[in-house]
Amino acid sequence: MHPVVEREQLSPNVVRLVVEAPRIAKVRRPGQFVIVRKGPGAERIPLTIADNDPEAGTITLMIQAIGVSTTELTSLQVGDAIQDVAGPLGRETDLIASGHAVCVGGGVGTAVLLPIVKALSEKGIHVTSVIGGRSKEWVILEPELRACGDVVVCTDDGSYGRHGFVTQALKDLLDAGGVDAVYAIGPVPMMKAVSEMTQPYGVDTTVSLNAIMVDGTGMCGGCRVTVGGQTKYACVDGPEFDAHAVNFQELADRLTTYRSFEQAALARQADEAAKGACATTEVKA
Amino acid sequence: MTEPTSPGPAGEDGAEAPKAPLSNKERMKIDRVAMPEQEGDIRAHNFGEVNLGLTYQLAMLEAERCIQCPKPFCVDGCPVRVDIPRFIKFLRDGEIAQAAESLLNDNALPCVTGRVCPQETQCEGVCIRAKKGNPVAIGYLERFVADWAQANIDQLPTAHPTQTGKKVGIVGSGPAGLTAAGELARRGHDVTVFEAFHAPGGVLIYGIPEFRLPKDIVQAEVDRLVSDGVKIEVDAIVGRTYTIPELREDYDALFLAVGAGLPVFMNVPGENFKGVYSANEYLTRVNLMGAWNADSKTPILHGQRVVVVGGGNVAMDSVRTARRLGAAEATIVYRRSLDELPARKEEVHHAKDEGVRFELLTAPEEVIGDENRWVTGLRVSSMELGEPDKSGRRRPVKIAGSEHVIECDLVVVAIGTRANPLLTGSAPELTVNEYGYMIADEWGMTSMPGVFAGGDIVRGAATVILAMGDGKRSAQAIDSYLKGVWPPEGVDPKGNRETAAAAG
Repeated sequence: MHPVVEREQLSPNVVRLVVEAPRIAKVRRPGQFVIVRKGPGAERIPLTIADNDPEAGTITLMIQAIGVSTTELTSLQVGDAIQDVAGPLGRETDLIASGHAVCVGGGVGTAVLLPIVKALSEKGIHVTSVIGGRSKEWVILEPELRACGDVVVCTDDGSYGRHGFVTQALKDLLDAGGVDAVYAIGPVPMMKAVSEMTQPYGVDTTVSLNAIMVDGTGMCGGCRVTVGGQTKYACVDGPEFDAHAVNFQELADRLTTYRSFEQAALARQADEAAKGACATTEVKA
Repeated sequence: MTEPTSPGPAGEDGAEAPKAPLSNKERMKIDRVAMPEQEGDIRAHNFGEVNLGLTYQLAMLEAERCIQCPKPFCVDGCPVRVDIPRFIKFLRDGEIAQAAESLLNDNALPCVTGRVCPQETQCEGVCIRAKKGNPVAIGYLERFVADWAQANIDQLPTAHPTQTGKKVGIVGSGPAGLTAAGELARRGHDVTVFEAFHAPGGVLIYGIPEFRLPKDIVQAEVDRLVSDGVKIEVDAIVGRTYTIPELREDYDALFLAVGAGLPVFMNVPGENFKGVYSANEYLTRVNLMGAWNADSKTPILHGQRVVVVGGGNVAMDSVRTARRLGAAEATIVYRRSLDELPARKEEVHHAKDEGVRFELLTAPEEVIGDENRWVTGLRVSSMELGEPDKSGRRRPVKIAGSEHVIECDLVVVAIGTRANPLLTGSAPELTVNEYGYMIADEWGMTSMPGVFAGGDIVRGAATVILAMGDGKRSAQAIDSYLKGVWPPEGVDPKGNRETAAAAG
């Protein structure tokens, strides 16, 4: 069992959990993820490891409540426990050796980005983080990112920072020149837009793909993605890939495989919540 | 079929009079019993076990059919060398606890092998009675005795071997790993098994369906090993959570039995459409994650018309699962003919009884999808058999102009698996062949001293029982290695032969 030792609500649907997992805390590298299973009968959910504390034996997970299983995880309180945490899985991030990196985060993708930004900053790389959200309350981890370099915040409604999408802020940085690498993590349409934007500039761009998976070790093949015309497994060959080679259309499509199941499960959950008169707001990323 | 009138094992009062032993001539006259099973049209809609198991009367009758050959071929036919005549004789004599003890001494997972072994090509295939008629139903008897043992574990002696103080790490809790764990624990070693999933059993729990091997049975076999002192660490992915060199420092010997877990796809257009599963994913969702139960949190696509590509046991498991999940039409597409189907005969027979269709001499060309990229069909070609290929089987050759479409809404690809590089990739010291399978010597030792390997990761995708044979043989070699006797004595490297002296 893996007790939750800290919990923080980062945005209306993103929660930060610090969880005991001593072995993973010791060996985890930036870019890697774990698969968690809350308890008997629960789904296996892949989650990026946002941070680790080898001395305390803990790892940090940032979870966005988008379905029934993720809502169960975000509902965990300090003292509760997760039955299974397996990992670390996936390859570590390929960090540039020197220069200027722009790290673009959308929604909960910002949480996945944080360990990369930290690792780059620790290597002495100049990092500019570009993060976005619908409005101010959806912007997460700004102080943590600011501790590692410059931060540009964008909101769709202009309630905080720049008015507009992260891609517009990214374009300004690319036009200014001197960008050696871009790391972009967020919803598939955002990563696709970033990839299309950086391509003409010839800037190496890395994305982290959130494909559907079961085991996380290469066994099920459910997370197959097409990269450079070849089938790759996000779990073992990734999760990070060269954005310019990724077939985003296919990824976006495959991510909808279980949409009807997810909607039915959410409807059931809403019914039950209504009965208990404590409905929670569900927001789809 | 005649059934004896005896009501069951003799009571404590010993009321039942001892019977005179039958002559061999009389034994030869007894017909092989039939396994009671759920009717095809009923079981095609539930996940309950197909084979119901022999009754006591049927088991006793079948046990009488064994003529107790002085040089039994059946033992040679068994990859773990179960002393088959011995346990059958105990059973026949009404000494069921001794039958169970004898069986468990030879085989760590008899409830499993009694259900999933291809007996027809092993013990039963070489049974002397098979030369003229039907062989002794060894598999049924094994299951009968093993199930009795599982239900009456308190009536069996518990072993308390002297502890050697040696630590053995086993990577993978499938049939090879569990067998080795049981053997090594019985020899007094301190055994820890590492499993990547959240539950032990490997292919026995994620792959083989409930209707063929109930998960409670596997769990009970694992529980028995745990009660014998075996420790199991789940969620431990060796190659990621731990590395081999690291484990090698903590353990006196390692046994790597990670299986061949990577799915092979068809490499045809449309394979990434929604509604195409690897058999691994399909079966794992249904079995391990419990998606056969409508309340499961893990979703599964329920096809109305399901095509399973492949002809092995995994293909049969997938297609029969599809029927049980409600597919009105479940079809096997296999590029060779019925004679070449690699699946067990019993599985093919069961599948046919359950209404599964077979499109033989048919090979996939393309997965067809609608505008939303959901599967709508499989374009296939008809084949004919040409000259034998390297495997000795006649090579299927496409018949020009024979392309046609099988309409379907789900495609499950069950054309094999290959080695997963996750573990070997983390230990460059381990030598692998061109296909990524580990290279081990005749004793099962890899290129790293003290690190042994067996099962599918060495031999390529095979059967549960062959993996168990590797587990048993490697455990014997590891035991010898830990005692400083190398090369091992009394273990035949080629076939897991153990001399009486070494067995003691």
